[in-house]
Amino acid sequence: MYDVVIIGAGVVGCAVARELSRYKARILVVEKEADVCCGTSKANSAIVHAGYDAAADSLMAKFNVQGNRMMGELCEELDVSFSRIGSLVICLSEEERPALLRLYENGVKNGVEGLRIVEREELLSMEPNVSDDAVAALYAPTAGIVCPFGLTAAFAENAFTNGAEFRLNTKVERIAPAKEGWEVKTETETILTKCVVNAAGVYSDVLHNMVSEKKIRITPRRGDYFLLDKNTGDFVSHVIFSLPGKLGKGVLVAPTVHGNTIVGPTAVDVSDREATNTTADGLREITEKAGRSIKNLPLKQVITSFAGLRAHEDGHEFVLGEEEGAPGFFDCAGIESPGLTAAPAIGRHIAQLIQEKLSLAKNPSFNGTRKGIFDPKTLSKEEYAKLLQEKPAYGNIVCRCETVSEGEILDAIHRPLGATTLDGLKRRVRVGSGRCQAGFCTPRAVEILARELHVSQSEITKTGGASRLIVGTAKDSIEGEARI
Amino acid sequence: MKRYEIVIIGGGPAGLAAAVAAYDEGVRSILILERDRELGGILNQCIHNGFGLHTFKEELTGPEYAQRYVNMVLVRGIEYRLNTMVLEISPEKHIRAVSREDGLIEIEAGAIILAMGCRERSRGALNIPGYRPAGIYSAGTAQRLVNMEGFLPGREVVILGSGDIGLIMARRMTLEGAKVKVVAEIMPFSGGLKRNIVQCLDDYGIPLKLSHTVVNIEGKERVEGVTIAAVDENLKPIPGTEEHYPCDTLLLSVGLIPENELSRGMGVCINPVTNGPVVNESLATCISGVFAAGNVLHVHDLVDYVSEEAAAAGKNAARYVARALEENPRHEIPLLPQNGVRYTVPYSVDPSLLQETLTVRFRVGAEYRNCFVSVYFDDERMVHKKRPILAPGEMEQVTLQKAWFLERPNLKAVSVMVEEA
Repeated sequence: MYDVVIIGAGVVGCAVARELSRYKARILVVEKEADVCCGTSKANSAIVHAGYDAAADSLMAKFNVQGNRMMGELCEELDVSFSRIGSLVICLSEEERPALLRLYENGVKNGVEGLRIVEREELLSMEPNVSDDAVAALYAPTAGIVCPFGLTAAFAENAFTNGAEFRLNTKVERIAPAKEGWEVKTETETILTKCVVNAAGVYSDVLHNMVSEKKIRITPRRGDYFLLDKNTGDFVSHVIFSLPGKLGKGVLVAPTVHGNTIVGPTAVDVSDREATNTTADGLREITEKAGRSIKNLPLKQVITSFAGLRAHEDGHEFVLGEEEGAPGFFDCAGIESPGLTAAPAIGRHIAQLIQEKLSLAKNPSFNGTRKGIFDPKTLSKEEYAKLLQEKPAYGNIVCRCETVSEGEILDAIHRPLGATTLDGLKRRVRVGSGRCQAGFCTPRAVEILARELHVSQSEITKTGGASRLIVGTAKDSIEGEARI
Repeated sequence: MKRYEIVIIGGGPAGLAAAVAAYDEGVRSILILERDRELGGILNQCIHNGFGLHTFKEELTGPEYAQRYVNMVLVRGIEYRLNTMVLEISPEKHIRAVSREDGLIEIEAGAIILAMGCRERSRGALNIPGYRPAGIYSAGTAQRLVNMEGFLPGREVVILGSGDIGLIMARRMTLEGAKVKVVAEIMPFSGGLKRNIVQCLDDYGIPLKLSHTVVNIEGKERVEGVTIAAVDENLKPIPGTEEHYPCDTLLLSVGLIPENELSRGMGVCINPVTNGPVVNESLATCISGVFAAGNVLHVHDLVDYVSEEAAAAGKNAARYVARALEENPRHEIPLLPQNGVRYTVPYSVDPSLLQETLTVRFRVGAEYRNCFVSVYFDDERMVHKKRPILAPGEMEQVTLQKAWFLERPNLKAVSVMVEEA
């Protein structure tokens, strides 16, 4: 019997697992996809919000500000890319200034530090490409950018090395109260546990409603994004938001920790919880809105577009904590923006609740530091030359655009909860995430994955499930050879 | 730091031809750096025939064509390193590269020839909406998987783009047992060679839909279908014209982009039309002693012209290291692409440095029928060549005589243009 079963290996589920692994407990994370970080956590703005936006006294505000404060130290501990570059909410007319001031006041109420209004002249010195219409901006120095894949994988790896178990490719079908605790039913087994954590993202209402009379409703809210070539990496140097105004809500423009520029998202409510398809309308909308706060944005440099689904709860609020009438069932539901920022604080909060409930003792062997995948780009020339002598795999460059070596790929595959899919590699070491979008490196990356995982190349998938990259061998249907 | 007179970045057809020409011009200290496992570049995956008609007066496959040049390199004992990725080149021509075998490699070059080739435009650059499942490949990636590794990337195929690789892959996938349902081309004309449309589509009954594009990709894990639609004159999809094709694969052949990240990094001036370096009559870039040839300079249609151009670059690099290419003061006469001509290579000419003739290569921006290609020296028409058809998919060239320049010491500019009949 487990102490805790966490459903969902997104950033929140993995944060809860990592915080719980501070205690002596049997922890199991169950994830329906082939890897951690496959849902909302992988397709979002990758922003660490300052916290001026969420309604005062809301859980969103509280956990946003707390999560933001934790992020710096946490990313040091877990070796995750994070940069506190600050954000600017651009005000495009004097008429809209009162709304900017309201945002400022809300931020002060939420406890956001360092907020101030910057006037056009100063704004121009901070962001030379800001719109000619910009009159002022709300500057939040505590906002930042983070690698969402890196953060989720780091939580997961650290939880794993501290004893948490992970079961990937496992979909939960039913949760029911048991004699003692809960029964979590998957396609193949029934798992007994004292506590359940519902961190199922866009499915969190489905799980919640299985056990609670107080129904909630999550609507998948799709957001389309553009990602621009790294040669645009310095086009903006802060996270740039548009103040919602007479033209509605704008899109953000921000650098990513990897040096690209991200533009988006749209917000379209959909019914299909897997509908992460981009649409022509969505992409057009970003194109139209992108230029509002930033001028001459080089949208010709788009290297990919993608869409993610936020788990929008009807009340636009996080649903957190032990469910009334379902003792031992803990919700982390309705986690939409600022969910990525809030995740560390949510993880700590839920872990504390469970620790209290189960009177968990400290895990004496807990080690909260984790080393990320070694990046040879951080080395001096001498150190790099030495590394290449000692570990020649670092000299074999597999992904040309992002200069990713076989050494980094091997690290990504063979570390705890390592990559087993092409997208898993991409999210861990950026193979195929550059300007050619995996054109050159796909055959090489598939070859290495197959070799290291001791399977044939035709078994390697992009994202697990039916996403095989190779369906057979040349002429196999003609010569009647067995299909692989 | 090891020093070579000439270092060539890339061991594809351009790099090989440049190396051979530089050697034959007397240079012995030459190094070719190749990132792949073997010399020959993309030709190794082009196992169809049709290569070498101009160069060797016979029809070869890509690997055969490559091997001829590889042999020339081997016979001359020209040094090369495989599996070697150049990370950075400084404006002073210091090269930093890396390989499994040699670790960190630092080289000083007297002259550099950029011959990195090009990459394929990806789906992202086109903003095709839909899901992002397995089964979306650039045509070249699929070509490598099929022709070099023996794998089949899919069984039911839709191809977007009628560039040459797309057309070639329509035939290849058919021959390997897949069903190619349609080739869609957003432009009202094909981007590929006429002979490829006939030999790769018509001969196999594969429909080509001009003025059509992909408007949706379905399938959450593996491609399950794509929707194509007709486009209007602004290339926008026309509602109501959608057609759905069930398939497991979408191949993209939607353009090639010269791969100039290293060139940009060292400060080489890039032309936004070609995405390749701006070069003069000697195929020299704006950095002294740095030359460029082949698809890194501008995308070619025939490899024969790549070899020819690269040989010129190799020869000029050899002249440069022998100090036979005087640098200053240059007398620059610009070549101006006009009226339908999108660009010219070279971009300028110093008549004193010309060989007896100069080949000017260019592409047109639209289809023209029964027209003339004309070259004006200021207002004087020097070339007036009748062409039954000009198409964006086919590279054009004109030959200029050195004498024409020398006879006109006050020449201001040379214009290359399409003239209607």
